[in-house]
Amino acid sequence: MTYTQLAVLGVSIAIILDLYVFKTKLLRRRVFWVSYSIVVFFQLVTNGILTGFGIVEYHGEAIIGSTTPQDEPPTFIGDGRLIYAPIEDLLFGFSLVVLSLIIWIWLGKKGIQREPMAGPPRKSVHRLLGIK
Amino acid sequence: MSKFAYLSVLLGCLVGTAWLEFFLRTKVYRRAVRLILTILPVVVVFSIWDAYAIAQGHWTFDPRYVTGITTVANIPLDEILFFIVIPICAILSFEAVRSARNWEAGDEETK
Repeated sequence: MTYTQLAVLGVSIAIILDLYVFKTKLLRRRVFWVSYSIVVFFQLVTNGILTGFGIVEYHGEAIIGSTTPQDEPPTFIGDGRLIYAPIEDLLFGFSLVVLSLIIWIWLGKKGIQREPMAGPPRKSVHRLLGIK
Repeated sequence: MSKFAYLSVLLGCLVGTAWLEFFLRTKVYRRAVRLILTILPVVVVFSIWDAYAIAQGHWTFDPRYVTGITTVANIPLDEILFFIVIPICAILSFEAVRSARNWEAGDEETK
């Protein structure tokens, strides 16, 4: 299978695991989508470094875009890429993040170190977070 | 740029999220058992994916920028660490948002 196919499969499995197998239903929660938006922003930054400098290189047969060129960065946006990285990486990252959170929440639901729960934020960051 | 380029990015991720544990009291590292139990299956599943992708030539690593230490199935040590670091960062971000907004996440005690 190509990376494109595996990436779509990965997302599909993550969705099924969340909604129907573990029933964590993260994908229906505001806390997930807000934190995922933050994560995906930083994913684009860090993955841009990994792919822009050619630390990780991709083969054109496996992705929508073309092979990472030798001795120059790949396309910044376009040719199946977003900030140097193949768009498949967004699906890969989604699967990785969702699977991690599914297991984390599922273990908590089972009572494995549910406590201590997160929060509250320290007073010093209340203004930063818009807490009155 | 050096053999530690990939590792430096991962270190940046850990350093960049570490403040959440203190200032938002995410208590993720404090729940180490739960964190380790979460990471283990993730590392296994994504290493299988990685091993397949490397074997098929989906992606390669520039030997100038990775440690050169490889683990099972030609997976660079750097990649294994990626599958440990990214889940930690994701969970820290998730727990930070929950801490800041008090939103339900699904693992609360059911009364």
